[in-house]
Amino acid sequence: MIMTSGLSKTFPNGAEAVRGVDLTVEEGEIVALLGPNGAGKTTIMRMLTTLLRPTAGTATVAGCDLLADPRGVRGRIGYVSQGGGIGPAEPVGEELELHALLYGMRPAQARERVAETLERFGLTHLAGLPGGALSGGQRRRFDLAFGLVHGPSLLFLDEPTTGLDPQSRADLWDHLRRLRRERGLTVLLTTHYLDEADALADRLVVVDHGAVIAEGTPAEVKGDAATLDEAFLALTGRSLREAA
Amino acid sequence: MKGMKGMKDVSGMSGVVRETWLVFRHATRAALRQKAGLVFGALQPLLYLVLFGPLFTAVGTWEVLVPGLLAQLGLFSAGLAGFGIVFDVRSGALERLRVTPAHRAALLLGRVLGSSLTLLLQSAALVAVGYAFGLRAPLPGVLAGLVLMALLGVGLAALSNAIALTMNPDLFAPVMSTVVVPLTLLSGAFLPMSMAPAWLDALSRATPFRYAVEAVRDLFAGRYLTPTVGVGVAVTVVLAAVCAVAGTRVFNRVNA
Ligand SMILES: Nc1ncnc2c1ncn2[C@@H]1O[C@H](COP(=O)(O)OP(=O)(O)O)[C@@H](O)[C@H]1O
Ligand SMILES: [Mg+2]
Repeated sequence: MIMTSGLSKTFPNGAEAVRGVDLTVEEGEIVALLGPNGAGKTTIMRMLTTLLRPTAGTATVAGCDLLADPRGVRGRIGYVSQGGGIGPAEPVGEELELHALLYGMRPAQARERVAETLERFGLTHLAGLPGGALSGGQRRRFDLAFGLVHGPSLLFLDEPTTGLDPQSRADLWDHLRRLRRERGLTVLLTTHYLDEADALADRLVVVDHGAVIAEGTPAEVKGDAATLDEAFLALTGRSLREAA
Repeated sequence: MKGMKGMKDVSGMSGVVRETWLVFRHATRAALRQKAGLVFGALQPLLYLVLFGPLFTAVGTWEVLVPGLLAQLGLFSAGLAGFGIVFDVRSGALERLRVTPAHRAALLLGRVLGSSLTLLLQSAALVAVGYAFGLRAPLPGVLAGLVLMALLGVGLAALSNAIALTMNPDLFAPVMSTVVVPLTLLSGAFLPMSMAPAWLDALSRATPFRYAVEAVRDLFAGRYLTPTVGVGVAVTVVLAAVCAVAGTRVFNRVNA
């Protein structure tokens, strides 16, 4: 689903945010990019979703070449950004319908998909509200609805549960597991919560200072350490939480 | 690459046009919901019409003043249109749209056409109030003038969006609301530039809006096929085209 080779991003100000990342994500996998704040997770996500142009490297995303066919990539993926994408003023349901239409759906089909997606996330009764009237957890569920309304086969989630209460986090994990089970959805998510990576991901990719420093199943990354926390400390000499 | 690989583009309209329409419709709905914004955007020229018009018409005519106020309205309303995109960048809504397969030009153009429609509605209201005060311009001239102003609005709104995306968002509103003031004055909106000293007249000729104002004044006076109208239309069309292209370039490039 995703294959990158030497993916790099140096910002105009000289910041080397991502340095030569080789990443492979198989169909149906849930992979977590794990790393402290500033590690380069968001930059990797934004490159893979065509929002940022890599300064070096190549990538194939959902069967399309990232550089040669960015619109092809965009048509096949869903993306939930770190900060979400819900404006304060417009009724969220209307925004969601526009979103679906921009993926090329016919109006009737779009309405149907919107209704289905709202239903799935328990948001139907909130669709008429402006974004500003929603709670943090509700907004995050709407963000997820935006990412999924067009039925992508690959979903990017940038820190989907940061700032959510434990119940909302658990609910979101359930949604993701269910989507993978029912639809074979592939997910690349970033997190700096170790328990999240442990609970949700088939595979972890640990990044620090823009490079991959460890990779494997949660058990493999843990190694001899008692917890992922300890493993991370051993790998980077820093605590994830402290860095975050 | 359009329409390939199973994209569900089954509508009769081609991709960019359809997407532009969708974004335009959405932007228009949002604008119409903000009734206070619509009124407030037109308030300044309206106040000029009511509180300055009766004074002006002691020496001039409503047919000269109203086209000037339309230009003032256009500069404020469309010139500040980019303000909305600042919010959409902040909220992440723009980035969300940029990850859809919609053409990025359509995301800009739909928005800009929405601003232009807003301007058209505000302008029509201004003309209607003008009529109540004594404006007596022929309908064809008024309609042609409104179309010209709406076209100017397309250019200005595109430019405004491009500027909003490139400059420090905190500075956008204060800088732009300051910039439109000299542009309005130099367009001869309040008093015809034929009354100005030579240097001011020359300076005014360097700004594009003067030509539109003079053209609309001719149109409001029922003079349709004059050189002034020709020049005004030509300048406005070129300005709108250049701004739309420049705006799309910036919009495509910026990693918002
Ligand atoms: N637009 C930008 N310009 C310059 N530097 C940036 C920009 N965006 C991110 N960075 C830098 O790149 C590094 C990685 O950032 P980011 O990808 O956001 O990390 P993470 O998501 O892991 O917290 C940080 O040092 C950050 O300051
Ligand atoms: Mg981040």
